[in-house]
Amino acid sequence: MKQPPVPLLVEGRRADGRAPDQMRDVRISVGVISNADGSAMVSYGNTTAVAAVYGPREMHPRHLSLPDKAVMRVRYHMAPFSTKDERKNPAPSRREIEISKVLREALEPAIFLEQFPRSRIDVFVEIVQADGSTRVASLTAASLALADAGVPMRDLVIGVSVGLVNGVVVLDLNGLEDNYGEGDMPVGYMPNLGRITLLQLDGAWSRDKFAEAVKLAVKGAEYVYGKAREALKAKYFEIAEEVAK
Amino acid sequence: MKYVSPRQVIFPGDPVATSDESVEGAVYIDEGKYRASSIGLVEFRDNKIVVVPLEGSYRPKPGDVVIGYVTDVLASGWEVDVRAPLAAWLPVNEATAKYIDLEKTSLTSLLNVGDAVIAAVKDVDLTDEFPVMLTLREGERLGKIESGLVVELSPVKVPRVIGKKGTMITTISELGCDVIVGQNGRIWAKCPGPEAELALLQVIEKIDRESHVAGLTDRVRALIERYKGGGSARP
Repeated sequence: MKQPPVPLLVEGRRADGRAPDQMRDVRISVGVISNADGSAMVSYGNTTAVAAVYGPREMHPRHLSLPDKAVMRVRYHMAPFSTKDERKNPAPSRREIEISKVLREALEPAIFLEQFPRSRIDVFVEIVQADGSTRVASLTAASLALADAGVPMRDLVIGVSVGLVNGVVVLDLNGLEDNYGEGDMPVGYMPNLGRITLLQLDGAWSRDKFAEAVKLAVKGAEYVYGKAREALKAKYFEIAEEVAK
Repeated sequence: MKYVSPRQVIFPGDPVATSDESVEGAVYIDEGKYRASSIGLVEFRDNKIVVVPLEGSYRPKPGDVVIGYVTDVLASGWEVDVRAPLAAWLPVNEATAKYIDLEKTSLTSLLNVGDAVIAAVKDVDLTDEFPVMLTLREGERLGKIESGLVVELSPVKVPRVIGKKGTMITTISELGCDVIVGQNGRIWAKCPGPEAELALLQVIEKIDRESHVAGLTDRVRALIERYKGGGSARP
């Protein structure tokens, strides 16, 4: 197994100083792209995802439309400048195509696609800076952008990752822990409904650790959801304050 | 049981009330609870809870007056952009009562790409190639826009431009502009002068931005009074 450049966990502290159950600094803003119908920017520490939603709009080419519901298209992409070491080739990689599909499948259960037959909803997610947990930051950003666009949905979908580092379950993996940890589990969670729409897992986990990880993911998602609500509220409260002046 | 209070801003998934309450608007039912399906503003009307969406797109329904731009001229009609997720179509026989010999007349002599029209939605049929059928014949003041200006705002704010029982549109009419409100969030207006035009734009922007803050009609009225008093609506 690869050895990490610095120890990942020393006396209950992680390499970046966090406790195992601590998120990185979460920053969220909504309505960052005025060209889009809805947009959001989500940062988990150094990981930053920008999402833009267009639609529901006419499906082109028409033969790809569905008679009973809207088609949702998700594009996850990492900017060439988003990575630390080597420049990331801007061509969509196998991994990015897969994550695009994974994100779509994590968002679809939350969206009332059946209200827009023969239409499409486009979701674009650009990773501006990557430092682990990019897919879950993307998921949070995409669901906030969908809400901002007014696409009818059951709930927001909040993404958080949990992982296994030196046998300890930790919340919100950074790039280092992602590369050298023993396990990684991204989770998509609908906080109002208490349902999970995304659950991937790699590494070797015991049954107990898995159960612990799901609990921690839910706890993390609820924390992020609080921040997401604040960001959504800010858009309307700023106008209200301005009016009150 | 109600979980919300009047004029509360709510977000997708937020519980609104138990399913025995009377709830309308941007909501859905999940396990015996009404929940919001969109960012919305809660209103209590009579004994009903209404969740008014604050964001969203235009969904065409028969009878709507809409303002669209011609995007294509085809063999027997025009394709029109009405900001809907479905393609809209204006056939020749719905555009004019006159007989048009398609062999001899070019349709561009009636409407061309880029022209703006005020039309009514005649029908929405998902089995058609163009699901939204438009007409210029079934309603008053429909047809090609020859002058004036077209302003856009969010389609979900259109009811606020009209107001309860038309109060807002009556207030706006004090500017002296001739106004037609399209359900798709496009507004046509012809004003007596550029000052009135500017004031109208400010009023519409105000409604688009501030509809969730109480006292909108009063603020719009203040804006209009300022325009009428000083000739300029600039604060």
